[in-house]
Amino acid sequence: MPLTIRDLPKEKYVLPGNAACPGCPEAMGLRYVGMALGSKAILVIPAGCTSIIQGLMPGSGLSFPIVNVAFSSADAVASGVAVAKELIAEESVVVVWAGDGATADIGFATLSGAAERNDNIIHICVDNEAYMNTGIQRSSLTPLGAWTTTTWRGKTEPKKNMPLIMISHGVPYVATASVAYPMDFIEKLRKAASIKGFKYIHLHAPCPVGWRFDPSETVEIARLAIETGMWVLMEAENGKIRISPPSKPYIDKNRRKPLKEYLERQGRFRDVSNELIKELEKEVDEYWELLIRLSSQ
Amino acid sequence: MERAEYLLPLSRPKVGVQGVTGSWRIRKPTINYVKCIGCGLCWLYCPDSVIDIEDVGSRFRVSIDYTYCKGCGICASVCPVKAIEMVKEV
Repeated sequence: MPLTIRDLPKEKYVLPGNAACPGCPEAMGLRYVGMALGSKAILVIPAGCTSIIQGLMPGSGLSFPIVNVAFSSADAVASGVAVAKELIAEESVVVVWAGDGATADIGFATLSGAAERNDNIIHICVDNEAYMNTGIQRSSLTPLGAWTTTTWRGKTEPKKNMPLIMISHGVPYVATASVAYPMDFIEKLRKAASIKGFKYIHLHAPCPVGWRFDPSETVEIARLAIETGMWVLMEAENGKIRISPPSKPYIDKNRRKPLKEYLERQGRFRDVSNELIKELEKEVDEYWELLIRLSSQ
Repeated sequence: MERAEYLLPLSRPKVGVQGVTGSWRIRKPTINYVKCIGCGLCWLYCPDSVIDIEDVGSRFRVSIDYTYCKGCGICASVCPVKAIEMVKEV
């Protein structure tokens, strides 16, 4: 049976008056983590926007148990926490809540290590496609053509495909999610929590500050990413890829909205040329073809 | 316990850790209760947990905590019946 709003717990895990920017997708995502896992969740948070959302000591804007760690060590610390909890036989779900920098760039070594050891943790990559916390610098997950403060004329390299890299690690569960589809994200989180071993969830999170759009449009932009096919919701259990229901209509190329609709709503794509849009479209089509081929096997 | 608090930099959950964030607001979400169908989508998407819903049978009664609402306007944009209007603050 599909989840409804009535089924969701109403406790607050992101407290009002935290330090997030207006329209923050990370605060939204953290609320969904709270709704999905409740008090069983233990968060390990490396440097990033979420450390800011928590606010200044001695107060915290989040009511999860949290370990704040150095940028590159999140997954290693989480592995330790998970083992310690298992030793004292306490039921818990250890979650690494890391940004795209702490997942694909700086933290990749420990992430890959924990995945290889198949440690019992969930790694959530909150992908806002640049280092937003330090002032919008490019990361390896910034898409082709996007403006950042270190790519003034648009990024010249395409986005690294993290979900497929994680599937290649041979971990039991890999999924992608979006803040515009909370029920899908919550269901995936609960499924991940029920599986033993390393789980990876890649959450697409449009950032109003870095992507240059109005804070009220966070959900619309995230939804457009799905509707144009730029971001695909899928899950892979033991390497078997399945496209998730919200993305299913867009398997048919003709039902996808034109990519331009998604790009022109964001200031970071203001200067992209028509050739670059064509290149991005080609990238999207190729990724879909690959996914369809992999999921039909 | 007190000794541990002193030795470790521990934080405790606190509402309003960044002060009264309602003062950041430049547009104020106002609910038109005649139009509101009580679906609860604004509660689901509000990033700051400032929208509260109360189950009143078949629908939800929605209220906004203006002390901490930052006025991002996501509630107004996701409302299926456009019952939330963003009104400019003075």
